[in-house]
Amino acid sequence: MTASPPTSHGKVGLHDSPSTQGTRHSTRSGGSLLQVTDLVVQFPTADGVVNAVSGLSYSVDLGKTLAIVGESGSGKSVSSLAVLGLHNPQRTRMSGSINLDGTEVVGLSEEGLRRLRSNVAAMIFQDPQSALHPFMKVGDQIAEAYLEHHRVNKARGRARAIEMLDRVGIPNPQRRARQYPHEFSGGMRQRAMIALGLVNNPKLLIADEPTTALDVTVQAQILDLLGDLQKEFGSAIVLITHDLAVVAEVADDVLVMYGGRCVESGTVKEVLAAPRHPYTWGLLGSLPTLGAEGDELRAIRGTPPSLISLPTGCPFHPRCDFASRVPHGLCCSALPELGPRPGQSEHPTRCHLSALQDIYEEEVAPTIG
Amino acid sequence: MLSVKDLVKHFPVREYKGVFPTTLQTRAVDGISFDVDTGKTLGLVGESGCGKTTTGRLITRLLEPSRGQVVFAGTDLSHLKEKDLRPYRRDLQIIFQDPYSSLNPRHTVGAILSTPLQVHGLAKGKEKERVQELLELVGLNPEHTNRYPNEFSGGQRQRIGIARALAVEPRLIVADEPVSALDVSIQAQVMNLMGKLRRELDLAFIFIAHDLGVVRHFCDNVAVMYLGKIVEMGSKDQIYGAPQHPYTQALLSAAPDLNVVRGVPPTERIRLVGDVPSPINPPSGCRFRTRCWKAQDLCARQEPQLEPRSTAGSLVGSMGGSIAGSMGGSMAGSMAGSMAGDPLSEEHTVACHFPEVRTDLIAEVTA
Repeated sequence: MTASPPTSHGKVGLHDSPSTQGTRHSTRSGGSLLQVTDLVVQFPTADGVVNAVSGLSYSVDLGKTLAIVGESGSGKSVSSLAVLGLHNPQRTRMSGSINLDGTEVVGLSEEGLRRLRSNVAAMIFQDPQSALHPFMKVGDQIAEAYLEHHRVNKARGRARAIEMLDRVGIPNPQRRARQYPHEFSGGMRQRAMIALGLVNNPKLLIADEPTTALDVTVQAQILDLLGDLQKEFGSAIVLITHDLAVVAEVADDVLVMYGGRCVESGTVKEVLAAPRHPYTWGLLGSLPTLGAEGDELRAIRGTPPSLISLPTGCPFHPRCDFASRVPHGLCCSALPELGPRPGQSEHPTRCHLSALQDIYEEEVAPTIG
Repeated sequence: MLSVKDLVKHFPVREYKGVFPTTLQTRAVDGISFDVDTGKTLGLVGESGCGKTTTGRLITRLLEPSRGQVVFAGTDLSHLKEKDLRPYRRDLQIIFQDPYSSLNPRHTVGAILSTPLQVHGLAKGKEKERVQELLELVGLNPEHTNRYPNEFSGGQRQRIGIARALAVEPRLIVADEPVSALDVSIQAQVMNLMGKLRRELDLAFIFIAHDLGVVRHFCDNVAVMYLGKIVEMGSKDQIYGAPQHPYTQALLSAAPDLNVVRGVPPTERIRLVGDVPSPINPPSGCRFRTRCWKAQDLCARQEPQLEPRSTAGSLVGSMGGSIAGSMGGSMAGSMAGSMAGDPLSEEHTVACHFPEVRTDLIAEVTA
């Protein structure tokens, strides 16, 4: 008789804590938790202005997960750091609006930002080894974040830290709280960072490539954990990643970025099963999915653009296989507007091509997976 | 062409806990054996700390084995002195994972590519032409020989690394996670390049990776490693289509599946509990038993050997029970291979006391 393996219905070390049982979030205004409108982020440098983000707009609701997808230089990380005001104001030029639970973040003072950080919105970074303080005990780091926003004594802070480590599934939390980050394994460090991010029960969690540096089985555990915690507290999650398979399994909505702009957005089903932009087609075609085989991958030719000298018109046109089908060389001269296709109300895309659905179904889909 | 036998590598670690310091051993690679034929690609898959990178370095003799043999074209390379090893270094090359730290930042690309030619006395008098030829071969501009690595992007640097490996016309290349550090679209470009070169130059590859999708795309055979041992090995159809070892099944199950958006129902995911044990003190018997849902007393007492297993009566998944019942024991092994359309070209071996075939772990999309 063989036993059957534990499957995804089992929770990993999760149980309710008395202080937060039954506390689900709600927004102040009753609308979206995070509303980003026409965000522009530029970094003036000696070589020119780096146009990291050029007019990004999106919103995230409580209880939902938005995935922001893009490659290096797409602007996904820069735009998310802006949400928490983590850019150096002396070296960054920002305009547009970031409305986080009723508070405007662009132009907010450091004092105001500190009240929001960890409390309303928290961030989990990609490499826990470098994001955690190397010579501060893990428990102390988590307690510090808690004590910053709650007027309680140190003992309560330490207890809260142990509670959080337990909640994220770290065995022996009392012992682990007294250890340093280098004594943790990669997966545990990421859990510790999640504990640090969630200690003040933020309404929004921004996870910047949280599992890229982790093994696939650990990745599965971490993604499960984030999902469980989201279900329990109803928080919103913004997941920044380049891994479309993770997006498919975990996100509700997805936004594809290229050259500092959004090129396509919609629900995960819309964008990944019926994509409407040549860059998204290219990304999907580049993937050697587990279930598919082929001799050659459909690689996108060329390299991502320089953000100091972006191409004129559509930033993707030098790498686009379909630019030649647009009359009058429009792709080189005019930036396409971001909007839904005629006749539709959802799933906006930024492309001059008129028959996107037909091209996808007839020419692109048969070559993908 | 390449035959690895009972390869072992232990790294000493000093411990200062008691009165006197003691030396423990990190058993990074603890007895593995496999063969690679000319023109074939073996994928080495496993998670952090399983020993796959160490294996790659042992094969290319960047490290010297503690025990065991690395036999290349009939000669045991394991303990050869450097001057005897030199001619073989031409045949066994390596491509490293990190394109940012594997090229000397103070050498021009031209120097990086001509050094191996000079070391092995190749293309005498014609180094410049050969370097330009190599750059073209990997899709780079041959006029850039005087540039430094920092003037190239990550994908381009990885191409330089590939060119460097190809410069001496090797017969086998160990590619240690060559595309993990690259963006998705650049990964595809570099993978296509490696595939093209493999076909044109009839190269053998040992492809070390943790990305199961890339391994399936590129490799003929796959060996799955855990804590310094190979736990399962076979052709890619056998490993992906009919995995028998619980760790292999967990790995395949854990990989997120893009196809769920196309209406394919998500397969139930196997959850592994806990972390990988320390290679300094691996579990007795089967090393995977501390995380295995089927572990029994036998697993702690006796280490399972890597051998072909009959699977009569224990076929789980889409094939159903009726086929299992009508099969003889020895047929099952070959059936697993022929089921996936692959004749008995390679043995499917597994190191487990209770292997169970599962064919339902990867969702196949019907066209």
